[in-house]
Amino acid sequence: MAFLDRTARSLLLSELVGGMALTLKYFFKKKVTINYPYERQALSPRFRGEHALRRYPNGEERCIACKLCEAVCPAQAITIEAEAREDGSRRTTRYDIDMTKCIYCGLCEEACPVDAIVEGPNLEFATETREELLYDKARLLENGDRWEPALAKRLEQDAPYR
Amino acid sequence: MVDFLFNHPVGVTLLTVAKALALLVPLLVAVAMMTLAERKIMAAIQLRRGPNVVGPFGLLQPFADAIKMIMKETIIPTGANRVLFLMAPMLTFALAMIAWAVIPVNDGWAIADINVGILYLFAISSMGVYGIIIAGWASNSKYPFMGALRSAAQMVSYEVSMGFVIVTVLLCVGSLNLNAIVKAQETIWFVIPLFPMAIIFFISTLAETNRSPFDLPEGESEIVAGFFVEYSSMSFALFFLGEYANMFLMAAMTTILFLGGWLPPFGIEPFTWIPGPVWFVLKICFIMFVFVWVRATFPRYRYDQLMRLGWKVFLPFSLFYLVLVAGVLLAMGWLPKAV
Repeated sequence: MAFLDRTARSLLLSELVGGMALTLKYFFKKKVTINYPYERQALSPRFRGEHALRRYPNGEERCIACKLCEAVCPAQAITIEAEAREDGSRRTTRYDIDMTKCIYCGLCEEACPVDAIVEGPNLEFATETREELLYDKARLLENGDRWEPALAKRLEQDAPYR
Repeated sequence: MVDFLFNHPVGVTLLTVAKALALLVPLLVAVAMMTLAERKIMAAIQLRRGPNVVGPFGLLQPFADAIKMIMKETIIPTGANRVLFLMAPMLTFALAMIAWAVIPVNDGWAIADINVGILYLFAISSMGVYGIIIAGWASNSKYPFMGALRSAAQMVSYEVSMGFVIVTVLLCVGSLNLNAIVKAQETIWFVIPLFPMAIIFFISTLAETNRSPFDLPEGESEIVAGFFVEYSSMSFALFFLGEYANMFLMAAMTTILFLGGWLPPFGIEPFTWIPGPVWFVLKICFIMFVFVWVRATFPRYRYDQLMRLGWKVFLPFSLFYLVLVAGVLLAMGWLPKAV
């Protein structure tokens, strides 16, 4: 009986027909592709994208040059130099991130006591040259100014879990 | 004017050229569109979108691909036999084109309505393997050579049972003329009484056109691209066109032998309003869809499995069915009168 069964199955191509029925079913299913530049997926508030240096609402930069981020950075992508300003507060004179070294682990953001360095939602910062990816302080502050509404919202959303 | 076209030698030549162009230009456009359709269908089955950026729904993609191909440099390997290396794609392409001379698109609409149409088709489609073997040999490198060897062995395994399938159909028709073969199906398409043979024929055409699951001569995952590893630019494009034109040819052949060519299904009212060529094209499109559907469904056959299927399954089965059909025809007195 088993022999007959097997022979009938292979002669009637039942497995092949079954396979083709399955692929035909998939043919009519909804496509899962997201049409990327025109459609996007929602990003989690924890998404770790391009870095930014934030400011206080009065325009004063948050960074106090504690260098915790520089110390914690596993890729050693951050370089900070600091000096006392005329009013006596400690400020960075140099804050560079080598975006080609960065592994986007988010440890700098976690280490920062004043929420100055954060990783924003921007993931489209590809450049044509390598040099453009060596961010300096001006670039990071500019990022912070441009993305501030999104950054603040993300921090607020994620705050209960920090 | 009519007299000039049908009787004067120059007129006849002009008319034939015009007919050939009227057939080949739509064919080549169809081939181009097929490359897109294949990608789209495969994408749909894999829940992807497929090319959709160039033109509406990606419809201009084949032309973008063609322009890219033309722009590329033709690379001829130092060790290659230049003449044969360049001749192989041309041969493949030319063979895929000339076979269309005998295909009737409608009643009597063939460029050459010859009495041995099916024999001519069979001969031309068997010659297709020469393009592959020459390409593999002329490339003078390992993978193409293996692809060529595989192709030769594969062709031998399938041609025989394919021949038996065709003979079975011919027994029922009593003529080698393609027009007559279609007309013999006016009462019932051969796919119904000869269903197992139609399946064997279709599977054999897959092997004949090197389509997956029998794409061993190309065998991307084991021998890179098989016989056309060394080809680039236009010579590659010619291979590609030839291969797809061959698929269309085989689809046309299946349509003529089993699906009643240009005949509408059942010959009943609403279907007969649509003209024959439309039915012919629709049937070819269906078979082409199945070609892609099969490709998206099955993994590649192993080499020995392919040989086993050809020699130990299809050959005895088609031979048995041939004898069976012959016996039934003889016993019931259904033999066609032409015999």
